[in-house]
Amino acid sequence: MKTGIAASRGIAIGRAYVLAETNYLENLTAKAENLQQEIFRLDEAIHKAISEIQGVKEKALRELNAKHAAIFDAHISILQDETLHKDAKSLILSDCSKAECAVKKTMDGYCSLFDQMEDEYLKERAGDFRDVSSRLLRCLSGEEGDRCAGMAEDCIVIARDLTPSDTAHMDKEKVKAIVTELGGRTSHTAIMARSLEIPAVLGIKDIAQTAKNGDLLIVDGTAGIVIVNPGEEQLRTYEQKRLEYIESQNVMQQLVDLPAVTKDGGRRVELAVNIGSAEDCASGLRYGAEGVGLFRTEFLYMNRATLPDEEEQYLAYRKALEAMGSRAVIIRTLDIGGDKSLPYLQIEPEMNPFLGMRAIRLCLQHPHIFKSQLRAILRASCYGKARIMYPMIAAKWELKAANQALFEAMAELDSQGIPYNKHIEKGIMIEIPAAAIVAEHFVEDVDFFSIGSNDLVQYTLAVDRLNEKMSDFYKPLHPAVLRLIKHVIDVSHRAGKWTGMCGEMAGEEKYAPLLIGMGLDEFSMSASSLLTVKKTIRNLDYAQAKQLAREALELGEAAQVTELLKGYY
Amino acid sequence: MLKKEIVIQNQTGLHARPATAFVKFANGFQSRLLILYKDKEIDAKSIVSLLTGGIGSGASFILQAEGSDEEEAITKAAEFLESLQD
Repeated sequence: MKTGIAASRGIAIGRAYVLAETNYLENLTAKAENLQQEIFRLDEAIHKAISEIQGVKEKALRELNAKHAAIFDAHISILQDETLHKDAKSLILSDCSKAECAVKKTMDGYCSLFDQMEDEYLKERAGDFRDVSSRLLRCLSGEEGDRCAGMAEDCIVIARDLTPSDTAHMDKEKVKAIVTELGGRTSHTAIMARSLEIPAVLGIKDIAQTAKNGDLLIVDGTAGIVIVNPGEEQLRTYEQKRLEYIESQNVMQQLVDLPAVTKDGGRRVELAVNIGSAEDCASGLRYGAEGVGLFRTEFLYMNRATLPDEEEQYLAYRKALEAMGSRAVIIRTLDIGGDKSLPYLQIEPEMNPFLGMRAIRLCLQHPHIFKSQLRAILRASCYGKARIMYPMIAAKWELKAANQALFEAMAELDSQGIPYNKHIEKGIMIEIPAAAIVAEHFVEDVDFFSIGSNDLVQYTLAVDRLNEKMSDFYKPLHPAVLRLIKHVIDVSHRAGKWTGMCGEMAGEEKYAPLLIGMGLDEFSMSASSLLTVKKTIRNLDYAQAKQLAREALELGEAAQVTELLKGYY
Repeated sequence: MLKKEIVIQNQTGLHARPATAFVKFANGFQSRLLILYKDKEIDAKSIVSLLTGGIGSGASFILQAEGSDEEEAITKAAEFLESLQD
């Protein structure tokens, strides 16, 4: 039995398929006879490698997603890099070595720099250099790519390292589990395995040498255990475990299509997903999201040199709306400032950016940016059920000004004859205590409230949520926070409207009984939390939850509320 | 020649994807762009140099630009680096 890093959950039993390493060893020591010839071979191999990677990238775009495919742009850049060319060529010339040796030495040299790094995440980026290196060496050897070609059905893939190119080539239907010698929890292999829901154990020393093709293997990706050629007793135990795991997954899976209703049928709420791009809708839907409770539009604006134009935004919003079909998508207007800035937007440095020029305040100062976003949302509103939400509203005039901008955008579209949903619903984030306290002054101008619990807690308790030293002071269950939440919900209900929540608090099952008891209508969270929250809600008794909320609101300390909540989830 | 102090604020640092984007961005300027980090002189226009530089989350370094468009280069490159996302 070998233990490694539990990188992706699940249990698999199957036959090993060991990915071979390219054989280039003899060329590592041989001296080159014609140095110009070696430089030519190197250039040819680099060309071949780049065109191979282009193909792999296109396959990854089709089968995985843009984020996985982007890694291949990095590989191409590495191959095109002058530093690499210079280092490898000067080795050929100075040592009279073959191109293979120069590539190996140069790339190993880069990899060894990663070993010295302290940052665990960056350390693993050596994997990108190993991938490029092994591809280059194979191109030099004249062998054709794709070492996954001979893979049998239902196999367990074993490799020293699984490169992004390997995973793109792999027929994912055939792979039951993955075991490698290299890589950690944030390595490419781990991320890919988790997104495909294939069990994976990484960091098993020498496994690519000790396991042979066809060996029987048990892989426990939950515990990080690999057993090569197990005994009968072990096989029985793990077969049992495997079935139990599948059973528990099935129970969760059945939850997907069931409503989020308390077990007595007394209270039905809506569970929605938080997304950063249209691509995130798919995983939300897979876990039964009934809508998008928060579309963070700032990702459209970040990691780039210029503003996205109206057309680009329109297409992005439309894509999300179309993905969600008849389900509502709450699009939050740009929330930048605070901990997020934009290179092309001059924001003066501030002493307290979280208390500064942020979100709606910034948008109202830059009417052209705000207007183009509102126009894009309105144009997209014909393709689904869009709702608009303004972040960081503290005062009534801000809401009025934002709505005024919306009406202007509507009038423009009208005059241009561009269609949009004239009855689009509007709401505000409640994340500033001031807005929560006087929610009754806002309610007539909105269709809904959505509580941004992260900021509401931070602003109510004056605790920086990004400051690790303050983590003990960050208490979502502080009585002041709970009273604000309760007040907002009550105000919306009295006006015949509704309140959702889109902060971390909504996605933690331990808070669900209390929030249900307080009357929250919609919970929006990351896709991976949807089923556990739903399970908790479905086990609740509504009368008990209401009683729990009444008692909690009487308490004076967060710790007392925590104690009270125990036993309810 | 212009210099500016930069702190990397995203959680995963300057790894493959953001580094690739940055190199493309940096190559749009005529100026020579260097990152002076832990006694290392990193060529900001070379992906190999940038990745092996090991610039992680929280790293602080000096960005240096020299050339005809150095003013624009240093301002824009600094903004790019300071607003990296994961």
